Amino acid sequence: MNVRLYVWQRATAAVMAPLVLGHIAVIFYATRQGFSAADILSRTRGSIVWAAYYGVFVAAAAIHASIGIRNILSEWSPLNERRAGFLAVVFGSLLAVLGARAVAAVVLS
Amino acid sequence: MSGTHEELSVSLWRGDDDGRYQTYSVPRRESQTVLDVVTFVQRHLDPTLSYRFACRVGVCGSCAMTVNGKPRWTCRTHVAKVAGGGRLEIGPLENLPVIKDLTTDMEQFFRKWQQAKGVFAPSQTRHDAIAQIRPDSPARVAADAAIECINCGVCYAGCDTVRWNSGYVGPAALTRAWTLLNDERDAGNTARLQAVAASGGCHSCHSHQSCQELCPQALNPTAAIAALKRRTAAAYLKGEITA
Repeated sequence: MNVRLYVWQRATAAVMAPLVLGHIAVIFYATRQGFSAADILSRTRGSIVWAAYYGVFVAAAAIHASIGIRNILSEWSPLNERRAGFLAVVFGSLLAVLGARAVAAVVLS
Repeated sequence: MSGTHEELSVSLWRGDDDGRYQTYSVPRRESQTVLDVVTFVQRHLDPTLSYRFACRVGVCGSCAMTVNGKPRWTCRTHVAKVAGGGRLEIGPLENLPVIKDLTTDMEQFFRKWQQAKGVFAPSQTRHDAIAQIRPDSPARVAADAAIECINCGVCYAGCDTVRWNSGYVGPAALTRAWTLLNDERDAGNTARLQAVAASGGCHSCHSHQSCQELCPQALNPTAAIAALKRRTAAAYLKGEITA
């Protein structure tokens, strides 16, 4: 871990903290209202706000988690930092792609 | 406790990294320190025992060993405090190569001090006036909190991060860097921030706080490292250092 990765991990954590709270609030609201999947999709499809909300969430999570994975691999596996970094980039890219697909599925009509 | 009618069962590490514990019986004495016990074994039971000490009063930092599983300065550790059930197990400091018996090779410990730029970089010459530092200035107060390190290696031996990340410079080197960073006479702070911001520097610390718990001088290396994290992050964001 160097200062660049440290700053990125803390910054993405700061971004995610309010997003997590908002996400949980949305889950409580949707379940208490008894929304069906169709009800939810009717609100999210075509919404730039929800696309931006979860798009930023996915990007922050992919960066944050991959830095953590790099740290774990370099400390707990025989991999050197370069190889751990490569695997972490692969992992982060996978998270970003899967997350982007999920966001696209709920906001694109 | 008085007299020598009681005996301590003392297991001492013998050999190098592949050695083993050997048990001795040592008379229990009043106000006996762990270093007294080791010295008794060497003088009366086995003169081939190797260990390191100098001042015997908690100043030189050379007598640290692992005592019943924890790194301690042995000259200031009373047997009464640590020998539960009259048993002592004394080994070399962990996270350092063993030379022989209770003596470790401290080379990597001090090399990492150099790596973290733990060396004073003078900004003036002997011909300049002596710098006037106010004792209550914020930088001096911050330096004071960490300046009493005696280089004993206890924090390094007790650090989980050093144990699993051999590239980590460790709490003592970073505490020294933090002290110098707050020395108004020092001219090496950009290079020092750059050094401690690199891989293996302050950002490798997981804040387990073993160093704070174990430091015989009651220093708080964890706080110094946290301060370094903040200072290096600010310097990085301002473009004063690079990653």
